[in-house]
Parts: sequence; structure tokens; C-alpha cells
Amino acid sequence: MDEKLLSMQDIDKSFPGVHALDHCNFELRHGEVHALVGENGAGKSTLMKILAGVYSKDEGKLIFKGQEVEISNPHAAQEMGFSMVHQELNLMPHLTAAQNIFIGREPLKGLFLDDNSLNEKAQALFDMMNLNVDPWMKISDMTVAKQQMVEIAKALSFNSEVLIFDEPSAALTDVEIRELFRIIRQLKETNVGIIYITHRLEELKEISDRITVLRDGLFVDTVDTHETSIDQIIKMMVGRVIYESAPEVPEEPSQEIVLEVKHLSRDNALKDVSFQLRKGEILGFAGLVGAGRTETARAIFGADPFDSGEVIIKGKKVNIKSPSDAVAHEIAYLSEDRKRYGLCLGLDVKTNIVLTIVNQLTAFLGWVKEKLVNSISSDIVEQLLIRTPSLEQKAKNLSGGNQQKLVIGKWLARNADVLIFDEPTRGIDVGAKQEIYSLLNELASQGKSIIMISSELPEILRMSHRIVVMCEGRVTGELDYTEATQESIMRLATMRNGNNPNGHH
Amino acid sequence: MESKAKNQGQKRGAETVQRLLAFGALVILFIVFSLASPYFLTFSNVVGILVSTAVNGLLAIGVTFIIITGGIDLSVGTVMTLSSVMAAVVVKNLGLPVPLGILAAILTGTLAGIVNGLMVSKLKLPSFIATLGMLNVAKGLALVITDLSPIYFPLETGWNEIAMGSILGAIIPGFEIPNAVLIMFGSALVAGLILSKTVIGRYAFAIGSNEEAARLSGLNVGFWKTIIYGLGGFFVGIAGVVIAARLNSAQPALGQGYELDAIAAAVIGGVSLSGGEGSMLGTIIGAFIISTLTNGLRILSVPQEWQIVVTGLIIILSVVLDILRRRSRE
Repeated sequence: MDEKLLSMQDIDKSFPGVHALDHCNFELRHGEVHALVGENGAGKSTLMKILAGVYSKDEGKLIFKGQEVEISNPHAAQEMGFSMVHQELNLMPHLTAAQNIFIGREPLKGLFLDDNSLNEKAQALFDMMNLNVDPWMKISDMTVAKQQMVEIAKALSFNSEVLIFDEPSAALTDVEIRELFRIIRQLKETNVGIIYITHRLEELKEISDRITVLRDGLFVDTVDTHETSIDQIIKMMVGRVIYESAPEVPEEPSQEIVLEVKHLSRDNALKDVSFQLRKGEILGFAGLVGAGRTETARAIFGADPFDSGEVIIKGKKVNIKSPSDAVAHEIAYLSEDRKRYGLCLGLDVKTNIVLTIVNQLTAFLGWVKEKLVNSISSDIVEQLLIRTPSLEQKAKNLSGGNQQKLVIGKWLARNADVLIFDEPTRGIDVGAKQEIYSLLNELASQGKSIIMISSELPEILRMSHRIVVMCEGRVTGELDYTEATQESIMRLATMRNGNNPNGHH
Repeated sequence: MESKAKNQGQKRGAETVQRLLAFGALVILFIVFSLASPYFLTFSNVVGILVSTAVNGLLAIGVTFIIITGGIDLSVGTVMTLSSVMAAVVVKNLGLPVPLGILAAILTGTLAGIVNGLMVSKLKLPSFIATLGMLNVAKGLALVITDLSPIYFPLETGWNEIAMGSILGAIIPGFEIPNAVLIMFGSALVAGLILSKTVIGRYAFAIGSNEEAARLSGLNVGFWKTIIYGLGGFFVGIAGVVIAARLNSAQPALGQGYELDAIAAAVIGGVSLSGGEGSMLGTIIGAFIISTLTNGLRILSVPQEWQIVVTGLIIILSVVLDILRRRSRE
């Protein structure tokens, strides 16, 4: 079993201005799950994209089953037996699940496509995965989690010898992660080598056999999972010790109510949602994926309509019909999908920061006062410690954590009173998470009111003054930080139809 | 399980409703014009509508392939003209047989399409720019080759019969439907099969839906784009044959502006300009809506300038409806 399936030696890769990989090594055995960890920008994805044929290496050797190989494009990688489940979902939304899985390998009947056999093959694959997905359902009609499972099914369909998972769990619920792990264990039995990239360190112990750590494009070490503690791994990742679970005692918020939501309802998505947000408070929103937390936030922000209910800001009932109304009432919403909704990726740092206030920075005839723009944005960059070579750097060239800070900076420039954060640390590495946390605390102590939607319970427990728990569009409970535990939150988060939760599961 | 099947049924139902909507609009137009004028719903007028749809319909078929990949083709009008000029050169100037003229036209269209495809996939030009360039190149070449004046086909070649003769009329006496109409419907059928039943169609949708995902799935996106642009050009070449036969001549100054009617037909028929969505049936219905409208308004003696205004409003309305439909689905 010790025979090497794959070995990457001295892999070097540079992009303009970035030395992404500096002579990295990686090896994979038959039937092992080898986790690849490191902060954002450490080079994990780059290393794996070289294996998947997305990028070509500048230097180094790839040895697969004892022979040196070259991988020139994604197709060649697939032919060789390497499949990758990409972090950004790489599916074609207008096509069905089956069409996506077998794209480029469609069964034919003469000149024509044989869609019956296509759907049968996909169904067989889903059955093997124990997955409840319709092969003929369009991807655009599926939840993100289902889409992720289709992506995984696609990788499996190649009968690959090397499977690469690039943060597969980011979009999945706990139940779906169980299912994923079951599939991975099943694959291990068949001697497939699995590479697993993740930010969720607690998953490492459960699923991986060995762990390789990268830092700033450099290979740090490969260790056996059962001989290493999570703290040691974090230390290797960041080069310093961070105790992720260190609790922080929140400062007491004042009693002044800034935002009050009463009986918010829409179809089946939201059912009689009510809560209050105080000045200087961090209000956590916990629940499973699809509990209605994002829907609540979007309804308050005016991004989606609601059927009935009231939003009261500082004692006055307001009528928010669109995001611009919400912004006028100093409410900010920081979407979980930063790239899609939070930033203009092709624009530079300073333009992103002043985007919501640029109309206030103009002289005669709308001429933009460039000096003012520069001073405001450089203040924000300094205050938030945004790592960027200049104010003119394009947003897309920043790392995930710094992009998140940039979104926050945008709303700070706007001086919003109520900040709604939707999964503020999703896809962000450990070090940047810490900075976001302390930033949130600082904002709260400055008197900003924060709603933090998060699926990570440790994060909710650590940050929140109070926690609102939702399930299936309803608020199932409200907990003070002194009484909240992972167990009490989970009980409320699974309280369907107001039934006795003990009767469930 | 039962609710899943039901959900499935609803989704299929919704798609059928979308197709029916364009068809319903066409039926309503027919009813309204029939009530408004006794001259509208006559055999000869309906045949007139069919014939006047043929050229735009063929161009719309060509452009539909390209729009589905997420691109656009502005060159279909002038490439059609260049194709008809090449046919005229072969048949009139070189005195070669008619089938070779047809071949020359179709090859010209296909070749122009392939060149567009190569510019988009290899030189990475945006399709708008690549085909805008091709629009002018084809227009200029047509003028250069003809030395600015039309080329007329000698009557004895029977070139005119390609579009205006009636094979159907010879088989079923009294059913004198010109060949141009058959060519359009035949082409639509073939194009529809290619789009929905072959890998070329499947990859057109895949590329239009998410090009990067298609690439990472191992598709040779550049190769398939070139094929699809070439295929679009093939139908543009057929349009060149038909228009040259209808006019019994190659008119080098004609062609520009046709591309916009073709794109309009596709859009009215439900082809999404952002790619990944559309059908040949929809496109053909869209082409019929435009020509029925033009014909009906003319019969009602609405001035031509107002006909143009109405066509514009219909385009806007159809896209608005499409957006509303999408919103209600979400």
C-alpha cells in the first residue's frame, strides 16, 4: 500500500508579479486521503490546477505511477485519470445534471445524442452516491448544495485514479458533508488517491490520513494526521500560534434599539420573523442552510420584496423598497457572494471604497474630487489593514480576506449604522478570519449595530451578544450569549414546524 | 417521490408555455389582421408572407446558433450578399452549371462563418467586433467583385426557379407554394435537429451557458465555436442562394440591415442574448411574427415608416415579456 501513486517534485509557477509556487513537493499514495491546507494565497489551488491541466508548471516534475508525465490541458488531465471538483462551481446552468456530468462524452446513437442512455448513466451514478437528484433537472433549478453534489458526481464519472476536492464542504450542510465523507471513504476502498483542500480544520481529523501544509507558495511539511494536533497544523500554516477557539467576552451593548423587525413574512420563505437589534450589538443569526437567514437579510435590505411585516429604524417605521432606500437609511448588506454582489472586481481599490459615496465627492458638473477620493480610501485601507500594493490595484487581484475587508471598507466610508454580514468569513483563511473578528468587535464598540449570519457555530458563539436561531423561515429561538451552546443552537435550528425537537431525528 | 414528479411536470409545463407564448402572439396577429381586412387571410397573401419570411428566416437560423453560444453575428446580411455574388460569378461570368453556383454560395457563407469563428476563438476578439469587421469586409468584397453593379442570372439557367418555382405545385396541382418556403422549413428542421439532437447543439448551449466550465470539462471550446460559426455561415449561404433566386440577380448594395431583422427574429422567438437558451422553432416563429406584422400593416395601408416603428416596439415588448416571465419563474 505504500507505493506512490503520484509525486509532484520541485514544482515552480509564477504569475506576473507573483511567485505562486516556489519549488513545492507533494505526493499521494494509493487509497489515501491527503489533505492540502494553507492560508489563502498559499498556493494550494495553483498546485492542484497544475495537476488538473488548468495551469501549466514552469518547472518541476510530475511522476504518475512511476512515469514522468506532462499535462497540457484539462482534457489531457481527465484522460490520464485526474479529476478535480472545482471550488467555484464549474457547471453550465442551462444544462441538466446529466448533460453537465457527461459533457464531451455524450452517448450517441448514430449521428444523434442518446439522451435516454445519458440520463440512465447519470441516475446510476447518483444511485451509487446515494443521492436524490433528478438527472434531467436543470442546474439553475437546483440548490447550491445539489449543484456541488453534481460537480462531485461529474468528477467520479471519470473513474479517476486521482480525485481532487477543492473546498467541497464550503457550500454543504452538515448532513451533506456526512454523505460526502461516506463517498470519499467508499472511494478509498477502491484504491483511488484523494486530495482534499479545506479551510475547515476540524474536518482534517475526520477524513484525512496525511496533511501537507503550504505557506506563501512554499512547501512547509507533510505530516501524519493522527500524530499531529490541529494547533500544530495552524502553527505551520501561519508561522505563528493562533488559538481559534479563544473566547472573547463581548462588551455590553446599550439598550437603545436601532432596528426592529416585526412579523416579516413572504410565501414559504419567511414566516412571521421578528427581532430587535440594539446599538453596538452583534446579533448572530444561526441556522442550517436554507433556514431563511439570507432571505430575512435581503428582505430588510430591500433586495427582495416581502408580503407583510414592518421594519422600524430608530423608532420610525420605514418603507424600504430597494437597496438604495436601505442605504439611505444607513443599512448595509455584505453578501456571502462577495465577488458577485459585493465588489466591482475590475475596478481598483479606491473606486470600490468610494463607490457608494462618490456622488458626495464631486465638484461642479459631477467632476470627481480625486484628492478627496484618495484620502478617504487610504484612510480606510490603513484602518482595516487591507493588504494591497496601491490604491490603484484592481479588486480582483486581492486575496479573499482582503476583498472582504474592502467590502467592509466600502460601507465604513458610507458610515452605515446597521451592517448585515452574510457569512463574513466564508472561504477566508485562519489569519484573515481573526482580523475580521476583531474588526467586527471594534465596529460594535464604536456603536455600529451588526447582524452576523453564519453557519459556523463556533464563530456565532464567539462573536454574538445575542443569537437568533431560524429554521424553515421561522425564528425558533433567541439566546443570550451566556446561555447559548452548540447544542442549544442546534436544537433550535432543527425545530421544524414548532414540533418538540426531541421527537425529531 | 410524487411531489418530485409533479414538480418535474410543472417545470416542463412552464417551458411549453414559453414556446406557446410566441406562437400565441402569431395566432393573435393572424386573427386580428383577418378581422381587420378581407385581403389578409387569402391563399396568395399567406403564401406571400411565407415567401417574404424565407430569407430572414434562414439568416435567423444562422444567427441563432451563434447567439446560443453567447456570441453575436452582425455579418449575416452582407455575407449573404457576398454569397449571392459568388453564385452569380460562377453561373453568369464563368458559365458553370447551377449546382456549382449553389455550392459556391454555400461555401462562401460557411467560410466567412469559419473565419468569424477563428477570429473569436483564436484571436480572442469579441464576436461583436469580429463580425462587425466581417460585415464590412463582405460588403466591400461584394462591391469590388461586381464592380458596383448587379449581376443578373440568364433566364435560361433557371436560377430563379430555385426559389420561385414550385416542386409542391408540380406534385399537388393548385398547391403552388414556392420552393423558397420549402428551403426555409427544410433548413429549420435540419438546424433544429442539429441544435437539439447532436453534440454540436449540446456544446453550443454548454459554451453559451458557462464557457469556462465547458473549457474545464475538457471541451475544445475554440474548435467547437469555429464549427458552430461555420454552421451558422452555412445557413447564411443558403439565404444567399434564395435571395439571389428571388431577385434573379446578385445585388451587391443589398444586405446591410438584414442582420438586425435576423437577430430580432431570434430574440422575439426566445433566444437569450446572454447565451445558453433558445430553439429553432422559436426563431422561425419570431421570423414569422415580423413578416406577418409587416404584411398585415401594409394591407391595412399603414405607411411603411410606421411599420418600422411597430416592428421596433414588438422587439422591445418581446424582451420585456421574456424578462417578466423569467422573474415570475424565480
